[in-house]
Amino acid sequence: MIRNLTNRIILIVVVVALAVWIDLSREIELLNPITDEALFSRNVEPRLGLDLQGGLQVLLEADIPADQTIDPEAMEVARQIVQQRTDALGVNENVIQVAGDRRIVGEFPGLEDTESVLATIQQTGLLEFVDTGDYYPEPGTILVTDYSPTGEPVEVAEGETIYHTIMTGAEVDSVVVGQDTLNSNYVINFALKSNGAKIFGDHTTANTGKYLAIVLDKQVISAPVINDPIIGGQGTISGNFTLEEANAFAIQLRYGSLPVPLKIVETRIIGPTLGADSLNKSVVAGLIGMIIVVLFMVIYYRLPGIVAVLSILIYAAIAFAVFKWFHFTLTLPGIAGFMLSTGTALDSNILIFERMKEELRNGKTLNQAMDQGWTRAWSSIRDSNLAAIITSVILFWFGSSFGATIVKGFSLTLALGVIISLFTAVYVTRTLLALFLRTFKPQNYERWFGL
Amino acid sequence: MNILGKRYYFFAFSLILIVSGLTLLGINGVPLSIDFTGGSLLELQFENGKTPDTATIVSIYEKSNIDDAQVTATEIGSVIIRSSFLTNEVRDEVLTTLRESSGGDITVVRFDSVGPSIGAQVTQRAAIAIAVASILVVLFIIWSFRKVENAFRYGVCAILAMVHDIAIIFSITGIGAYFFNWQIDSLFLTALLTVIGFSMQDTIVVFDRIRENSNILRRLEYEKLVNHSIVQTLQRSINTQLMTVEFLLLALALFGGVTLQEFAIVLLVGLLSGTYSSIFVAAPILVLWEKREWQTWFGRGASA
Repeated sequence: MIRNLTNRIILIVVVVALAVWIDLSREIELLNPITDEALFSRNVEPRLGLDLQGGLQVLLEADIPADQTIDPEAMEVARQIVQQRTDALGVNENVIQVAGDRRIVGEFPGLEDTESVLATIQQTGLLEFVDTGDYYPEPGTILVTDYSPTGEPVEVAEGETIYHTIMTGAEVDSVVVGQDTLNSNYVINFALKSNGAKIFGDHTTANTGKYLAIVLDKQVISAPVINDPIIGGQGTISGNFTLEEANAFAIQLRYGSLPVPLKIVETRIIGPTLGADSLNKSVVAGLIGMIIVVLFMVIYYRLPGIVAVLSILIYAAIAFAVFKWFHFTLTLPGIAGFMLSTGTALDSNILIFERMKEELRNGKTLNQAMDQGWTRAWSSIRDSNLAAIITSVILFWFGSSFGATIVKGFSLTLALGVIISLFTAVYVTRTLLALFLRTFKPQNYERWFGL
Repeated sequence: MNILGKRYYFFAFSLILIVSGLTLLGINGVPLSIDFTGGSLLELQFENGKTPDTATIVSIYEKSNIDDAQVTATEIGSVIIRSSFLTNEVRDEVLTTLRESSGGDITVVRFDSVGPSIGAQVTQRAAIAIAVASILVVLFIIWSFRKVENAFRYGVCAILAMVHDIAIIFSITGIGAYFFNWQIDSLFLTALLTVIGFSMQDTIVVFDRIRENSNILRRLEYEKLVNHSIVQTLQRSINTQLMTVEFLLLALALFGGVTLQEFAIVLLVGLLSGTYSSIFVAAPILVLWEKREWQTWFGRGASA
């Protein structure tokens, strides 16, 4: 028999309330009651995968012979550069991830203009040193410059300022992070090739006290003031850099072009209508399936059936909340994994109820039957669910190390679903059933349990 | 109810189903989609009445040096063009020419382009992942059944049931490929994974009952013990299977889109097989193993 029924019910109510709150919100915010400032906030908008809302997925592979190993750091830098370039296009929710040791997966949900993204990813980054005169451009500003790789004049919209590019990253010879001898701030030391050294020397002599913007792919990384003329091709950029910032900056200077050449080995574009169609149809199908399941459970298992349905609804609410909270992207394979774990959750209930009925038929009292039903069904629920978790962990590892997003999405929802279903089937169902039995005190087992 | 007594009928049933489907696969070749072979799939929606005929599309592809384009019309009026790997440049070139020649706007419904090496590697790695997962599950079952005699057998039989279900899935795909032009694509991989997960879970539930009963009913003959356990879990198997999982899927098969239907049917059959194999394949093989029945298969004829 269950002790602490009240405590159990309170816990369930709290969990369900939290889950429903997250399910129904786009953003979770906790306000300080006195100052009304946000103490905590988290965006919990649902994320739909490419197959459900349309979009672009590309798989990039290092264009280097397969037997050659690639420095993981270089892959990470390449990832960052791809991320920055695509961010600069104003694409929302793009996710760029390293998969395995030589691949990068890029996902752009909801994207329609796929051509520009594909072109941007493949281009080599363009580093420019731009004269902005007395204007200080904040890092992140997009500048129009007069440099064009083809030599054709740059088209400028009316009223837009065009800045002069002194030279490009092609003139940079080496970049190292160092420390200022006076105040031990981190600085970036760079050396230029001979031609660059001359251009730079002339420019800095003529423009001391002006700003010199360092621009990657038309986006300002930093805009230091020219303190002294830099002659001889050895220069230093100082600022209030932390070590990380200095390193990141040096990487951008060094790798204006990608550290690893990348080629597109896989492209998937899903039109928005196809995505929406798949989403609608799976939602309709899911609802119809759910209604049949509910009817069956209630007709066949009676009172426990109602409890099981409640428990499944709670399961769905918690699972959805967890997906939203951790920003998991919902895809069709993800829905398949979720459906399988819903089946598992139902199965756990069915296992327990069948066991209870068996015990009741053997003449046990209701309380005995409940206890026995749970203890005896537990070993099969535990072992079968553990096997499912083992499988999904292996598949998840496989999926993420290989850029196989299908497998990854499937195994993640399956594993989470199974874990949540363990809680709902064993804890929630049991508590609710005890509560119902205590409230209704059924005598006629045939009617209440469908014996 | 004596289920195990008829075990050779069930084996024969499974065998016929698997062999017929796999034979179809063997004769017609495995219908791998570009997800596995590499290549491109371009689905286009033309403006009303402006869909060019197949020959025009093929010749436009040929102009861009792609000479293996295959055109299929879909139920919703769009056109699917399959070909070898298209780079994004070639795709844009083809699209521009198509736009000019059809004189109307074109919507790209879907575009998949997979490099030749990727597909093969994904398949290979997926197979390795499934194998690793299977071995771990066998080890887990052996550990979990350690108090029962011959725990090793339970692990092996669970995997045999899983292999059976995988074979059934390929068999149904072979039949579908023959009659409805199905293809093995990445959604198929999802269905396969789902069935594998379910198959293991379901077998373990049945085995769990055998484990429990073998502690209580020590004196009972093994075959009777297993049969008794199957009958006890039968109600649960039918309910879980038919009434819950299948209904969810049936709805998907009936109401889902064209791409989802194939997926849903494969899942439907696979999950049915997952339940079937626990009762009619895994458990009977346990008994067969216990009795070492293969010694009577040749010479004296089957003793079923």
